[in-house]
Amino acid sequence: MISVQGLSKSYGPTAAIREISFTVNKGELVGFLGPNGAGKSTTMKILSGYLPADAGEVRIAGFDIFTQSIKARSRIGYLPENVPLYPEMRVGEYLGYRAALKGVRARRLPEKVDDALQLCGLTHVRRQLIGTLSKGYRQRVGLADALVIEPDILILDEPTIGLDPEQIREVRTLIKGLATRHTILLSSHILSEVEMTCSRVLILNRGRIIANGTPSELRERTGLSLAGPVRLEAMVPDPTEAVNALGALPGIGSAHVLGTTGGWVSFEIIPSAGDPRGSLFEEAVRRGWKLRELSARESSLEEIFTSFISRNREPGIADTAIQPTGGAMP
Amino acid sequence: MRSFWTLWKREVASAFHTPMAWVILCFLLLVTGFNFYAGVSILNHGPTEVTVVESFFNTIFFWFPFLLLFPLLTMRLYSEEYRSGTVEPLMTAPIRDTQVVLAKFFGVLFLYAVLWLPTGVYFEIFWLQTRMTAAGATGAYLGAYLLLFLMGMFYLALGCLCSSLTRHQITAAVTTLALVSLFFLTGLLTFLSGSIGTLMQGVAVTLSPIEQMTQFSRGIIDTRAVVWYLAMTMFCLFLTLHSFQARRWRK
Repeated sequence: MISVQGLSKSYGPTAAIREISFTVNKGELVGFLGPNGAGKSTTMKILSGYLPADAGEVRIAGFDIFTQSIKARSRIGYLPENVPLYPEMRVGEYLGYRAALKGVRARRLPEKVDDALQLCGLTHVRRQLIGTLSKGYRQRVGLADALVIEPDILILDEPTIGLDPEQIREVRTLIKGLATRHTILLSSHILSEVEMTCSRVLILNRGRIIANGTPSELRERTGLSLAGPVRLEAMVPDPTEAVNALGALPGIGSAHVLGTTGGWVSFEIIPSAGDPRGSLFEEAVRRGWKLRELSARESSLEEIFTSFISRNREPGIADTAIQPTGGAMP
Repeated sequence: MRSFWTLWKREVASAFHTPMAWVILCFLLLVTGFNFYAGVSILNHGPTEVTVVESFFNTIFFWFPFLLLFPLLTMRLYSEEYRSGTVEPLMTAPIRDTQVVLAKFFGVLFLYAVLWLPTGVYFEIFWLQTRMTAAGATGAYLGAYLLLFLMGMFYLALGCLCSSLTRHQITAAVTTLALVSLFFLTGLLTFLSGSIGTLMQGVAVTLSPIEQMTQFSRGIIDTRAVVWYLAMTMFCLFLTLHSFQARRWRK
């Protein structure tokens, strides 16, 4: 659905993105991850047809975003960063205007607007002025605008930024629900968000893609998953002896007690090699411990991310902050 | 074409949904009201050669606030979209730059035309009170309003251009006022009759809004003026389109 080849863009002497290539297939929900200033917004502005690239090619549903811009743009629903809206318009009125602009016939307009309002939970504020809405509602209006013509592709730049935890949860649920019908590319600098919602992750750092894959693929590649700590909770007669026994097992680096609650003792066990859960279970059975929990914590995307970023430190290139937005708009 | 109307409607609605259009309307009515009063008072002092319409439209009390209209009307058109970032959703919708430029221009032109409508009441009042017409013939009214419309087209197009160049409304307003005044004052070169050549003198007379108004408010339509304003409007809109596009396609 989205295919990007060798995309570069610089604002004056500062390179924002450098020769980015990736594809997003139909029905995928891809997360665009990177620290601030990594080039996420710039890439999205180019994909949505707002900014021109210096070099490279973008195809949206087969249409070139530069030469067949109108056709390509009519297939995209775009949520810009910070969601700029007209404060003097009412919510329903704004969505009607946007839908008409995107080519919805007058006859079908009310139905489309109602659907979008419903989907984004805006029905009760449809007559409210946009200028009086809270940040969370503004974000939803932006999302409703992106959705209103039910485009094939959604490009969402930081859809949950500035929202409170409850709103973040709502927006995530909404986006996940949309993934069944749309191809979605969303950006975020919050790792857990991408991990929770996306089927595939692109990690961007200083204008380059440094990793591309599903969260589990990325985990494997960093080799972090095997070194994750294991948590064991059991009813043991003597915690000190148990710690010693566990620590002595093959493949265990160290073990210590995390805490005791009503006879249940929880241990944290750092494996030295491989997954030790099998041998831990056998040991518990052999000693007749009543077992309540035995779990390995998978390394989070955060650890993977940090690992990738630190691997990609380029010594020589200065850590200049890249202006992420509105570079062409003095 | 449908996109054009959608955009146009939003432009017009947005002007009336904010206090701006109403403030300008009040300002204009206040100033023209005083102007009308002054014009009629002059007639009370004895017979003159000018009609009420001419004395209404062709005084410094009229022209000065007239020039102030253009920066007020146009300064927000593009600058506000750049500043608030709404240009981004606007230009990622499947619409052409030309449609945006034309919709903004015709939107503000419509607003401008609406601002003048209430001024017709003055001449109606004059007739009701005195049972005398404010001008000799219908052509005099039409001529005066036609010239206002033509000048409005050109000056609004200039304002569009200035606004499309900056994200700061104040900068847009100041540049617009400067350019509009420059073109307006070209006509004043006629008063320097001795020091400029006859050709320049001729050009200055032709382009002087004051001279033009003298003609138009007597019902004499000078096609040179019509062509000048139409051509300049198109030229300014052409420049506006390119300035608007240059933002998107500049390296």
